Amino acid sequence: MRIALFITCVNDTLYPRTGQAVVRLLRRLGHEVVFPESQTCCGQMHYNTGYRREAQRLAVRFVETFADADAVLAPSGSCAAMVRDNYPRLGEPGSRLDRAVAELAPRVYDLSELLVDVLGVTDVGAYFPHTVTYHPTCHGLRLLKLGDRPYRLLREVRGIDLRELPGAAECCGFGGTFAVKNPDVSAAMGSDKARNVAATGAEVLCAVDNSCLMHIGGTLERGRTGVKAVHLAEILASTEQEPARI
Amino acid sequence: MSSVSPRSPHSAVPAEAVPAHRSATFVGMPPFPDAARAATRDSQLRHNLRKATHTIRDKRDTVVSELDDWSELRAAGKAIKDRTLRHLDHYLERLEEAVTAAGGTVHWAADAAEANAIVTGLVRATGERDVVKVKSMATQEIELNEALAEAGITAYETDLAELIVQLSEDLPSHILVPAIHRNRAEIREIFRDRMAAWGAPAPDDLSDDPRALAEAARVHLRERFLRTRVAVSGANFAVAETGTLVVLESEGNGRMCLTLPRTLISVVGIEKIVPTWSDLEVFLQLLPRSSTGERMNPYTSTWTGVTPGDGPQEFHLVLLDNGRTDVLADTVGRQALRCIRCSACLNICPVYERAGGHAYGSVYPGPIGAILTPQLRGTASPADAALPYASSLCGACYEVCPVAIDIPEVLVHLREEVTARPGHLGEKAAMGAAGWVLEGERRLGAAQRAASAARGLVPRRLPGPGAAWTDTRDIPEIPEESFRSWWRREGRHGRAETEGPAPGQLRDDPAERAGRGEDGGR
Repeated sequence: MRIALFITCVNDTLYPRTGQAVVRLLRRLGHEVVFPESQTCCGQMHYNTGYRREAQRLAVRFVETFADADAVLAPSGSCAAMVRDNYPRLGEPGSRLDRAVAELAPRVYDLSELLVDVLGVTDVGAYFPHTVTYHPTCHGLRLLKLGDRPYRLLREVRGIDLRELPGAAECCGFGGTFAVKNPDVSAAMGSDKARNVAATGAEVLCAVDNSCLMHIGGTLERGRTGVKAVHLAEILASTEQEPARI
Repeated sequence: MSSVSPRSPHSAVPAEAVPAHRSATFVGMPPFPDAARAATRDSQLRHNLRKATHTIRDKRDTVVSELDDWSELRAAGKAIKDRTLRHLDHYLERLEEAVTAAGGTVHWAADAAEANAIVTGLVRATGERDVVKVKSMATQEIELNEALAEAGITAYETDLAELIVQLSEDLPSHILVPAIHRNRAEIREIFRDRMAAWGAPAPDDLSDDPRALAEAARVHLRERFLRTRVAVSGANFAVAETGTLVVLESEGNGRMCLTLPRTLISVVGIEKIVPTWSDLEVFLQLLPRSSTGERMNPYTSTWTGVTPGDGPQEFHLVLLDNGRTDVLADTVGRQALRCIRCSACLNICPVYERAGGHAYGSVYPGPIGAILTPQLRGTASPADAALPYASSLCGACYEVCPVAIDIPEVLVHLREEVTARPGHLGEKAAMGAAGWVLEGERRLGAAQRAASAARGLVPRRLPGPGAAWTDTRDIPEIPEESFRSWWRREGRHGRAETEGPAPGQLRDDPAERAGRGEDGGR
């Protein structure tokens, strides 16, 4: 299958490893990856902070960039949710943007959805001999409703020791600009999440969203816990021949 | 700070033992981020809130998940409220007719001042100086106790938690459990130190056993119920077809107020209407399970006008607008008027759990407060403009809301209202600049290259607004190369593997891999 990668601005700029892992994983599974270069950002930060017009312009760019794609992979739960849940609120009903969103949004997937629902695979041949706990993220859990898809993928990974995260459903406190507009509450939420992560004894915290991982991971690092935050794609891309560097 | 005070008529009682907000109202409180900063550092408060919210949260979860038709009930509750709000004018007139026919008197109050003037006038007309109160959000919203105090009338709260708040000259911090920020040891101190000033004192040997605390409150309040001749209440619902008002409570203290006094005055928001008793049935299932986590509500009182020889012989209904018709005019924001004040959104909210109710600067705290208060009061003040941002948009509130209020949607809608106002120049400039960069892939690529070139220069602790991040979190390292740049240089040349790894695509030597620039290295 030919999959159009929407890398997302955060992954593009700060976490190229995640994008490289996605490319490696999908090619290993026998699929073609294309990267339309006119892509930039879904507009989530602007939309969530109250800057609707800027978000609209980025939404227009997104639907134009990916109009012809069979499937769009956004390896970030919150960006996929932005497109699927919030883009329909951006265009006036019946407008060009509105119609383009209605046409495209159902073909935009998070990584676990693409693998499990579209490509029909849970064992991706991955090898990751580490203790891992999974944080489901708010957008993955409540907007995309990913359910057990990420766990089904992780359970098939050879060598993995998967630990249940206490209070998994609770927000980590990132919330985009929330993290700097309300830094004290954000930090309090983050430290509670980090404490729960540390309590599992895991070496690695996994999620489908590097924004949340940047916040929880940054908190874990500041606490000198030694726990590493790693995107799901990097775990699934890891093999005996080419193990992920953690 | 307000000039009015709900202080005890006997004011010489020291309250040093119990730290509390001394302001009578929320007026003048700092914006949410500042108020929350203090709250997050108060370990006693954090402990109290964590314990209480998690307990109610878990109870709710248990009793909601045992109903197969919860999602249908929720959809019905939403639909009934929406239909009623669409035809609110009609149902309000039906209600007025029915209440009047049943011997009650209906008053219309456009705002808080009008409502307070009506209630004050009605109490004065009875010649009484004391009123007992049923727990009511509407009367707190209009600051009725303060208005009555100015007129020389003392309002006595009879809900246990409201009593705790009143005795300690505190402010409520939760819709359902106003003293949620207090633990039982603190409550014992409040009762021991303050009860005597207001009426029957607490026993000398009062312990912090919940049973003993409840008994002390019972003795204190019972005497009040028997003596006071005027009661003020709100209502959870008003059934338009019969003119019946409904109050749900857990203690029976409300029922005392609703049955023993001679005069009953009920202040009710215009959105509290349900058309019929069969509509009410839906909410009597939704509300207890969502609020206290109970299958059935312990005390449900209903009254219709005046029944000769039984209960209050004079009944007044004050229908309160106070900004509600403005909310109704907003097609996105109006869903907030579906709220049945269950507090499920407060109990699930991770922000509320850390910041506490006082930080919201309103009688309506938590997620519902963050969308209701700025709609009722506007977003002109810094405190009101900060409220729509008092959420990480995690969506847990929407998920538990029994009438499906999409709180994150309204929060974002109100944020748009805030950014449309003058001010916030720094943020607007930053957002505009970010938008400009992101509206062109070349500009984004150039920005990424500049960031990579400067990666060694980024300090671990950022100055200015960046400090809000680095005060508590490390920042990620900026990679040597963006994904976009890697793709152009190397990534796009790869192909799909059909039968196992293609030659040259797997490299076993990590040093060679690093040398060839995988994993973001170059």
